[in-house]
Amino acid sequence: MLNLELLQVLGLKIFFAFLMVSVVMTFAGYSVLAERKVSAWMQGRVGPNRTVLPFVGHIPFVGSFLKGIGIFQPLADGLKFLFKEEIVPGHVNKVYYYMAPLVALVPALTTMTVLPFGEFFHHSGKSTPLILADLEIGILFILAISSLGVYGIVLAGWSSNSKYPFLGGIRSSAQMISYELAMGLSLLPIFLWVSQPGSSIASLSLVEIANSQNASAWLALVQPLSALIFLVALFAETNRLPFDMPESETDLVGGFHTEYGSFKFGIFFVAEYAHIVIGSAIFTLIFLGGWHFLPWINDPWPSNWVGTLLGTGWFLIKTISLIFFFIWIRWTLPRFRYDQVMNLGWTKLLPLSLANLIFYVILVTWLDLSAATP
Amino acid sequence: MAKTRVLKRIPLSLSERTYLPQIVTGLKTTFSNMFKEKVTLQYPEEKPSIPQNYRGIPTLVKDPNGREKCVSCQLCEFVCPPKAIRITPGEVPDGDVSREHVEKAPEEFEINMLRCIYCGFCQEVCPEEAIYLQDEYSSSGYTREEMINKKDKLYELGGTLPDEHYKWDNKKKAELEGNPH
Repeated sequence: MLNLELLQVLGLKIFFAFLMVSVVMTFAGYSVLAERKVSAWMQGRVGPNRTVLPFVGHIPFVGSFLKGIGIFQPLADGLKFLFKEEIVPGHVNKVYYYMAPLVALVPALTTMTVLPFGEFFHHSGKSTPLILADLEIGILFILAISSLGVYGIVLAGWSSNSKYPFLGGIRSSAQMISYELAMGLSLLPIFLWVSQPGSSIASLSLVEIANSQNASAWLALVQPLSALIFLVALFAETNRLPFDMPESETDLVGGFHTEYGSFKFGIFFVAEYAHIVIGSAIFTLIFLGGWHFLPWINDPWPSNWVGTLLGTGWFLIKTISLIFFFIWIRWTLPRFRYDQVMNLGWTKLLPLSLANLIFYVILVTWLDLSAATP
Repeated sequence: MAKTRVLKRIPLSLSERTYLPQIVTGLKTTFSNMFKEKVTLQYPEEKPSIPQNYRGIPTLVKDPNGREKCVSCQLCEFVCPPKAIRITPGEVPDGDVSREHVEKAPEEFEINMLRCIYCGFCQEVCPEEAIYLQDEYSSSGYTREEMINKKDKLYELGGTLPDEHYKWDNKKKAELEGNPH
């Protein structure tokens, strides 16, 4: 029997889940706009500045400002994808062809369940993290689910039954395997560091990691090499330039989504940007102190709802800056060749992350021993 | 004789092999580009400056006295390679004092912009300097009929251009002074 309280909690959770999905999707949509605008600025152009809703354009100053920064462009882009003719080539495997975009989008949206984005202060002074599901193994869950995203790309490449998507799919899977290793290994020293004796935290939860950076050094400052390796691997995992092997529009037409059009392409597109949003959020949580203020400084906001809002806002600012960094890198660096990507992954990043791990194992052990013997 | 110079390949330093300093330099470049002046024009509102002697849409012009210059000699019609011009000659009505110096005026003047190749022969051949290819370059319409510029449209596009010769005024002056050629 379901009792009323359980139903209430369940309903609340579903409501929060919808809220979270809509926020992340909005962020993904506006990252597309940010990508277009930032690329335009970096290339000496103006970027989208024509789309406007009726009436809004007539509001003095505000209307023309909103139009100028292209605030309505994601709306137009999305509607365009919806209303386009849906073309399915005759040579595709229909079942997997339709499945692939969903398989690409679902992992990107699933990882957000364990993504904390702030903390709520009770009257008693205790704080609860703002998170959909506070898993003890949060980061493992994210690593496990986010690597499933590659299946969407591989399925799309394979079911399209055409050479360019096929090549894109193969490249994507190879790249994903190579960088997953370095990514996981670069995170291990972080957990070693956070769970050393003396700090009371021993957990794989993202909340604990973020809280451990409260009023102490950000982990990016403690372990810059881990942060660098994780960032590079993150670029590879999100298929962003300079590692956008599966797409590589200059040599593979459109890569895995060559045969896709209309809304199915739109889903791939949104999934890519959702990956970026979530990836930036995770990097912020692990290395940049999450919703806590600057390193070595106590949070300047009060422990009430104002603090909650400011903390969450601060977290969002960090995440948005990181999204900007993703875009910035894309319009700065050229793409690696496929063999260079493999070379970098296996012969540089993997040994480097192993050495990094060994170094921190020794360091942490030494610190522990010297702490144990006063 | 050109001397071949073999460049020495200096091995990359450790920092260069990590790519990172180069990436930082590149990031600086792209970031500073964001604040430079934009090179694009907001096209329909802002238009590029058109050079002199640009061959745009052919237009009919009036002289500074506001008189129709074309005398309907049909030279442009004959010279037009794609046969885009069609002129229906007509008489200058009696009693029109401002144009009593000429005998003919175009009753209808059509330039088919679907045929025009913007060669400028009409401008070159016109003895009255009545037809000019000016700086307007974009013409569009929904039907083929719309793309045929009629006389009033041609005058509207052309406007008035400064006249260097005042051919007819000078001729009239000479006549009054008693030395017609």
